[in-house]
Amino acid sequence: MAEQPVAPILETEGLFAKFGKQRVLRDINFQVHRGETVAVIGESGCGKTVLLKMLLALMEPNKGDVRFDGRSLLDLSDRELVKQRLRYGFVFQQAALFDSLNVFENVAFGLRAHRDLDEAQIREEVKERLAEVGLSTDIVAKMPMELSGGMRKRVGLARALALQPEVMLYDEPTTGLDPIMSDVINELILRTKERHHAASVVVTHDMKSAKKVADRVVMLYPLGRLKDGEAQIIFDGTPTELDDSADSRVRQFVRGEAGERISEMAED
Amino acid sequence: MATQTTAPAGPIVYLGQWVAEAIAAFGQFTQFAGAVFGWLFRRRPYPGTLVPTMFSIGVRSVPVVAITGTFIGMVLAVQAFNQFRMMHIESRLGAVINASLVTELGPVLAATMLAGRIGSSMAAELATMKVTEQIDGLRALGVDPTHYLALPRLVACVVLIPLLTCIADFMGVIGGAIVAIKINHVAGFHYWLHSRDSVELWDIGNGLTKSLFFGVEIAVISCFCGFRAGAGAEGVGRAATEAFVYSFVAILMSDFFLGVFINTVYHSIWPVTLSKLGG
Repeated sequence: MAEQPVAPILETEGLFAKFGKQRVLRDINFQVHRGETVAVIGESGCGKTVLLKMLLALMEPNKGDVRFDGRSLLDLSDRELVKQRLRYGFVFQQAALFDSLNVFENVAFGLRAHRDLDEAQIREEVKERLAEVGLSTDIVAKMPMELSGGMRKRVGLARALALQPEVMLYDEPTTGLDPIMSDVINELILRTKERHHAASVVVTHDMKSAKKVADRVVMLYPLGRLKDGEAQIIFDGTPTELDDSADSRVRQFVRGEAGERISEMAED
Repeated sequence: MATQTTAPAGPIVYLGQWVAEAIAAFGQFTQFAGAVFGWLFRRRPYPGTLVPTMFSIGVRSVPVVAITGTFIGMVLAVQAFNQFRMMHIESRLGAVINASLVTELGPVLAATMLAGRIGSSMAAELATMKVTEQIDGLRALGVDPTHYLALPRLVACVVLIPLLTCIADFMGVIGGAIVAIKINHVAGFHYWLHSRDSVELWDIGNGLTKSLFFGVEIAVISCFCGFRAGAGAEGVGRAATEAFVYSFVAILMSDFFLGVFINTVYHSIWPVTLSKLGG
């Protein structure tokens, strides 16, 4: 008997997005399977973060659909959408910790809002999540402003993991960090995948990070510089295929070579 | 092949765009206000959000409101005294100072001061949360930002702005009395007698009813400005400024309409008679 194809946990179909007159995404078709980590790479301004936010319905596309576990996120009622969002974890670029709450309250936030746990259970959960991202409980009373960039990112990861998500979305997780802390974050993304068996989407332009954490890499190209009728996803393959891509734009991006980009950008 | 030429956008086009944007913004505001009021009747504020908000809005505003009230009363007494003395009716000073304080100047100027202090601060805080993606963070964690952030601010403003107005009124009465009685030597007995005769419980209720509406306006407008802030420091600054300007305009406009409405209600209950007018 023929094997049934495995349904993706997350899927976009013909996504279009624009802000005012500026078009950002065009006909994006994209799938993520359970346990898979997909890195979305591309130049600044090509729509990576917009795409990531649309996967969680934090932004609505002008056209197209986002399906999570077979259901369209755009057709859900507010209450149902909240239920589905709890199955995600989102790590923001600057961590987006609530600056009026301390570390403990930030990590406990989702638990207090959605789980019926007593204070001792919440304390235990917070302790476990902090340990998972390599932080001690000594910092629980600190406010976000007192933390370094790397610590903030790790607290943001702990907060995202608190509700045991099935899908993790990372928005430029290594941006602004030193090489060691970047690698710490990469290791945490890999460990999170192992422990929680979560599907992950990592938006990044850090090629070292993309190659280390991803099973598959998708590259978006800015719409303004695409030829007519050309797809916006200019690469979809494994990290090892990146260097040998037939598309010179992909190879240049991987190597970090500007090439003719400056003159192209001037024409935008 | 014929070439298409596009006429440069003229003032009519810009005016049309501005009107369309203003209508869209008003629609968004109505939707936002509906959502906040929806939460008011559906769920209580999140635990731990109301008390800090009330402290920030209420307790921290007491000094500024007290100072505002005191000086309104004092200025009224200084300005009115000379006019009244020329007509030899300075003993009636209390009636004018206290009636205008509790019905108009106390609520309006306290609300204006609070729109500057609380409204701008709320808008800037929410705008900063938006710029730093904290509002998206709330939504990602399955929490409605309108419920978590706007509802406690609305409740706090509705409860505390009338109370702060009471403080402004009280301090204004004291300030006016000090200037009139202690500095301008108006007879205290007559000052308070005329005050008692001309300020009714209805007038105090009138002023406090207005302040309740002002509280709603400040909270909803400021939260809306914060939530729709643009990017960066400029967006935060603009949100704070817009929150004050729009709240101020709303306070003045609603003061007029509420004044007309409350007076109509008053006169329908107690019609004006010639005897009351001294005829």
